[in-house]
Parts: sequence; C-alpha cells; structure tokens
Amino acid sequence: MISGEKITKIILFLASLIVILIASGMVFSLMQGALPAFNEFGLKFIISTDWNPTEGKESYGALPFIVGTIATSIIALLICLPLAFSTSLFIGEIFRGTKLASFIGMMVDMLAGIPSIVYGLWGFYVLRPWIVAMGFNEQGYGVFTAGLILAIMVIPYATSISVEMIKMVQNDLKEAAYSLGATRKDVIFNVILPNARSGIFTSYILAFGRAVGETMAVTMLIGNSNIIPKSLFDTGNTMASLIANQFGEADGLKLSSLVAIALLLFVMTGFINGLGKMLIKKI
Amino acid sequence: MSEINVQIKDAVLEIKNVSVAYNKGIYAVTNVSAAIRRNKVTAIMGPSGCGKSTLLRALNRMHDLYPNIITEGQILLNEVDITKMSTIMLRRKIGMVFQRPNPFPTMSIADNVIAGYKLNGISLHKSEKEEIIEKSLRDVALWKEVKDSLSQKGTFLSGGQQQRLCIARALAFQPEVILLDEPTSALDPISTKKIEELLTELKEKYSIILVTHNMSQAARISDYSMFMYLGELVEYGKTKEMFINPKDQRTDEYLTGKFS
Amino acid sequence: MESILIAKKEITNFFKWDVRFIKDKIFTGFIILFSLITISPIVLIISKLISMGYKQLNFSFFIETAPNTYQAMLAKEAGNIIPGGILNGITGTIFMVFLASLMAIPIGILIGIFLYENGTKRYAKIVKDITDILQGVPSIVLGLISYFWVVKYITNGFSALAGSFALFIMMLPLIIRSTEETFKMIPVSIKEAGFALGVPYHKIIFRILIPSGLSGLITGILLSISRVIGETAPLMLTALGSMAVNLDIEKPTSAIPLLIWEFYNDPNMVDLIWASSLLLMILVLGLNLISKMIISKRNL
Repeated sequence: MISGEKITKIILFLASLIVILIASGMVFSLMQGALPAFNEFGLKFIISTDWNPTEGKESYGALPFIVGTIATSIIALLICLPLAFSTSLFIGEIFRGTKLASFIGMMVDMLAGIPSIVYGLWGFYVLRPWIVAMGFNEQGYGVFTAGLILAIMVIPYATSISVEMIKMVQNDLKEAAYSLGATRKDVIFNVILPNARSGIFTSYILAFGRAVGETMAVTMLIGNSNIIPKSLFDTGNTMASLIANQFGEADGLKLSSLVAIALLLFVMTGFINGLGKMLIKKI
Repeated sequence: MSEINVQIKDAVLEIKNVSVAYNKGIYAVTNVSAAIRRNKVTAIMGPSGCGKSTLLRALNRMHDLYPNIITEGQILLNEVDITKMSTIMLRRKIGMVFQRPNPFPTMSIADNVIAGYKLNGISLHKSEKEEIIEKSLRDVALWKEVKDSLSQKGTFLSGGQQQRLCIARALAFQPEVILLDEPTSALDPISTKKIEELLTELKEKYSIILVTHNMSQAARISDYSMFMYLGELVEYGKTKEMFINPKDQRTDEYLTGKFS
Repeated sequence: MESILIAKKEITNFFKWDVRFIKDKIFTGFIILFSLITISPIVLIISKLISMGYKQLNFSFFIETAPNTYQAMLAKEAGNIIPGGILNGITGTIFMVFLASLMAIPIGILIGIFLYENGTKRYAKIVKDITDILQGVPSIVLGLISYFWVVKYITNGFSALAGSFALFIMMLPLIIRSTEETFKMIPVSIKEAGFALGVPYHKIIFRILIPSGLSGLITGILLSISRVIGETAPLMLTALGSMAVNLDIEKPTSAIPLLIWEFYNDPNMVDLIWASSLLLMILVLGLNLISKMIISKRNL
C-alpha cells in the first residue's frame, strides 16, 4: 500500500506539471498558429512593412509594429528613469523610514494598481488635450503620448525594485562616508549607487519588459496607424495594440499574421524578462 | 574510538554503531554506541558542532524529514528496531522538545496539548480530552497558570511557559522517552530553573535524554552523561563520576573549560 | 516628524555659502520635485474619476444592465443622466473572477507547496523559472491562447469559461509565488514539532503549515484578484461581452472593463465610462487595502 506521504508527493508533483504544460502548450499553439503566415511570407515577415488585407493581394508584415513597440517602450523608459530614480531615492534613502516615505510608497503602489484601461481613458481625456495644447501634435495621439502613459504605468515597478536595492546597501558604508563629511548627494552617488547599480539597472529592464506588453492604454493613445513612425509625435502602432484592434474580424492569413506577431511579442518579453531575472540573480 | 560497552539489564534505548552523515562522506556523528537507562536523566554534552543534537534527532528518526541525511547503525527502543516500527508508534513512545519553544501558533493552549492526538486523527471523548489536558498541564506545573485561558492561543505565554506547554504536548502522549534539545538555552534563568526542577520530577515516570551545552546544567540534573567531541562518543558514565574523575583527557579538558 | 526636522535643517544650512551644500540642496530639491511629479497622476486620475463619475453612481447603477445605444442617445439629448447601469458587467466580472480563482487557488497553492518542499532540486528550479516566464507574458497573448484553446475547442464560441481561463493563467504565477514565500517564512521548528508528534506529511501541510500561513496565502489571493479584475485585453478575445447578465459558462459574458471599452467606443454612452472606472478603481484599491490590513495585523 502506498503511504499517505507518497500520495501527497505525487499530487504535488502532478500539480507542478500543470505549469509546464501550460507554458509549453502556449509556445506550441503560438507556433502552430503562426505557421501559415511564416510559410507564406517567410522570415521577410519580420522586416516587411506591408499591411494589406485586401483579398487576393494579402500581405502582412511585422516591422512597423516592432518599431512602434520598441519606440514607445524606450520613450517610456527614458521618461520613467529620472522619476523612478528620484522616487526610489526618496523612499529608500533620503526619507527612509519616515511616515512620509511610507505615504509616498503607498501612492506608488496605488499607481501600480490602476487598470490599463483607466490609464487609457485618463490619457485620452486629460493627457491628450495637454499635448494638443502644447502644440506637439494636432490630435494628441502618437508615439510620445503612448510612451508617456506607459512611463507612468511602469514607474511603480522600477521604483519598488530600486528601493529594495537601495535599502540593501549596508549602513556602515554610508555612515563611514557621512562621518568623513560627505553630503547626502555625495553618499548617494559615491556609495549607494555603485553598490546598488546593477539592481537598479535590472529594475529598468523589467520595467521595459512590462511596457512592451501593455495593450489597452497604448491602443487608445497611439493613433493606430500601421506605419513606421518617423518622428516623436507621429502616430503608429504596437504589437499588442494591433492584435487587440485587428483581432475582431481576422481569420485565415490575417489571423495567422496576428498570431505570428503575438509569437514575436512573447519571445521579446520572454527574452527581456529572462535577462532581468538573470541579472538579479547575479547580485 | 567510541565504543563504550555498557551491559545494562534494563535499557530503554540501545544505540548501536550509529553514524549520521549530511551529504555523502560528511559525518556529523561517527559510530556511537550506548545504552540509555530507564527512568534516568541522561545528558549529552559537548562543544558546539560535536554532533549531540544530530545524535538526539536520530533517536526519533527526525532525520527522515531531510532526504540528504543518512543514518547508519541501529537504534532499539525496548529491544525493537525503530526503523521497523510505524512512525506514529515511535513518536508516541518518544517525544521531543525543541530549543525554541514552538507551540502551534494557530491553536489554542488546550488544542496544543492534545495536538498529537488531533493531528493524527485520534479521536478522544470530551472527558478523555479534558483529563489528558489537565494531567499534562499539571505535570508541567502549568495548570494553575493557564486553566482559565485554555481556549486562547498560546502566544501570550512567556518563553518559559511556552516551553512547558511544549513539554506538556509531548507528555500528552504518555511517552516512555522524552528527548530535549537544549530546552532552556533560549530561556531566562528563572524559567530555566523551573524546567530543570520539572525534569528532575519527570524522570520518575519517563526516561529523559537532554542535550545541553551548559555543563553546570548537566551536573545539576543528570544522572548519566555522555560527552561527545567531533562526532564521537568520548565518554559515558555516571555524571558524578565523570565530573570528578573523567577517564578521557578530552573530557577533562572540556570540563575544565579548555574548550567549549 | 523626522522629515520636518530634515527639512528644517536643510533650510538653516542653506544660508551657508558653501557650494557643495548648495549643490546638495538643489539635488534634494529635484528629488522631492520629481517624486511629487511621480505620484501626481494617482491624485489626478482619482479626482478626475470622482468628479466625472459621482453623478452616475446611484443605486440603479448597480442593479440595472447597460442601456442600449438608442436609450443613451435619447437621454443625452434630453440632458438627463443615462439610464441603466452596469449590472451585466458586475456580474460578469464576479462570475469570471470566481471561476478563475476556483482553478487558480488550489492549483497555485499546491504548486507553491511543491516549490517550498523541493526548492533546491533542479526540476523545482525549472518549474520556478517557467512560472516566472508565465508571469511576464503580456495579457493579450494569454487572451489569444485562451481563444485557441477554449473558444475554438471547448466552448465553440466566445464564453465566460474562455475569459476565466485567461484570467486563471494570469493569477496562477502570483499565487504560486506568494504561497512559496509565505511558507518559507514559517519557522522550521513548527514543521518539526508536527513531525516529532508523528503527524503524517499531508496533515503537516494542511493542518499546521496552511493555517500558520493563512494570512499570507489570503493576501496573495486578494492581490492576484485585484490584478485581474481590471484586465480588458484578454477578455476582448475570449468573453467578448454581452448586453445581458450571463451566468452560463459557455456563453459570452460582459465584464466591467469590457463595458468601459464599449462605452468608450460609443459616442452616446461615453459618459458612463467615469462611473464605471470609478467602481473598478474602488474594487481594486479596496482589495489592496484589505491585503495591507491583513499583512499589518499579522505583523503585530
């Protein structure tokens, strides 16, 4: 008779298989769905800028969306950097341990909880008019606007990991510097940053990964034009936003192209997140 | 060499050539043989890292929890090999008290005392339950202090009281042997004293094996002592004799504080 | 308050003509400024939602289904508040989140326990890595997968089950992670005490470890729920949406975010987006708040 312990261990093991099944099933289904598109267009799919759904002349390509995704995410990262950096120093060092810091920390957590669609609405009804008012773009849509909202959305992720990294810098190192007459700024740049550098860097990689996968807020602000944006305020499209938009009546080759783009998106986020996790382990 | 030959008529536990290894080749306990006398307090002492806790935990097969630990040799409880007994039987007869008091945090005091029964699905009549709870708590001199708060969780108790609760929990099974792994090292001197007195009373009904890093504790309350060093059993005998007249030089050096 | 003292100190120090001090002051000033900029969106968003949405939030908002576009248009022209509510969205959200939890909680906890018990072995590390990968997959891709697996093969059409499945995959890694972390924080001696009493393995898990870690497990569950409640993209590809309240697992279902998206796209119904978003925010923040309260209670 198998002991109760053995049964429990078997059940736990079977449960663990579920995760593996789902992940591998996912990869398989994506590849299966994307196959027709790759068969038809070959690897040129990745660098083609076509997006032509007319029957008989169908041709699809992923390049505009890859560019759009990377562009918006980079803009998001650039805007996020100074803000998340400052906030993490605020919480993790300068006002560390005070009620003020926990208050700010709480607010940042709340930022993380806002659903993507609410960000999209706010971006549409509040940010867009600002962009228009500042004369950047007539309608307010575009890569920059989308990047801006993405920045706000990923700041909490970058901040919370950075705060952890900053707090991990040992006290005696800081105290030694202060006792030698260093100002706070000196301590931050000469003691905390060198030690927390890789962790903070990793947090931005992970934030970038999140930005790449965002759908709703981006689709409401980017303008949804299937071309490669040429300037900061041009409209464009991202991979995620395209899939959400075009999925509705897609079938056949078009659907397969969308799945191919989803596969590319999956690989991209997997790679970025994997990189981030690997770097964190090295710390 | 640690073959201490003790031909005892009524040994409750016989330890025969026991070795314990963490991961292949790294032995924490090497070839220990000893017979534990019934209804006595036997102390296992030695410097940190000598293997005393490891040896103790082999006695109730605690190492089964950790697959990378290998136990060799034989341990007999009342002349029955403990690996041949069912684990529930084994742990009813041998109870254990740990270094840090660890009452189950989500159970009330009463439930903690009979946790052994509850968790093993052994159902008790209400009257049986109450009897066991009262008796166990009285045996550890905790009854008066907690009898009005039996349904509360034990976390409000002091460290010493919590430890006595853990002893009560072990006693509830009416074991033959009680293993204690440095039970007072986390407690203040007054609680320590109370528990030492308790152990001296308990030996009338139970056989007590006590790991301690505190020599004077061993001297105070144990009848027999084992001295271990680097995984070997160096000396084993009546406590008084060992302290006054140690047979091995290492024992002598330990007792005179040359290393600890 | 420490920060007031710090601020005071900085002001008095300011009047020392020392370049380094000035640089430091400026630097600190920027830090404070940027931090305030960082948190400003949350203030702005919530105030916008409240100011635009409170009018629409009345009792019928919760118990009536969404109006059709014609009714809405009439109301708008007459200058009235749009009739109806978002009942179909509310029930849909609750229904699908409930189904998703039903799948995610037991499986997630079991896998979390598996990782806790086997943490150092190679297979467990692989499982952990795969869990992390799953966590990073964009929600729209998960929606697509659920479309292929459930909509096409199981329910032959958009359905609540498909929506729940996508949400389930999103919740799973979070619950697994928090279960493992929670169990790691339980002192080993509690487990050993149970073992020393002869308690069998599965009972140690269910009657000692899980009760001891209950608050951590619940927090993990609440947080993962708050994460999926606001998701729109995966539901667009799976549950689709519906005008009526639907509790049939095989039929399309609405959800609060889906309704918001529908309202947003319909000029007649656009005014409803604020109250709906406000409700969504209250739910999300409420869950987060409860989680934080549970955590702090436990740390007492």
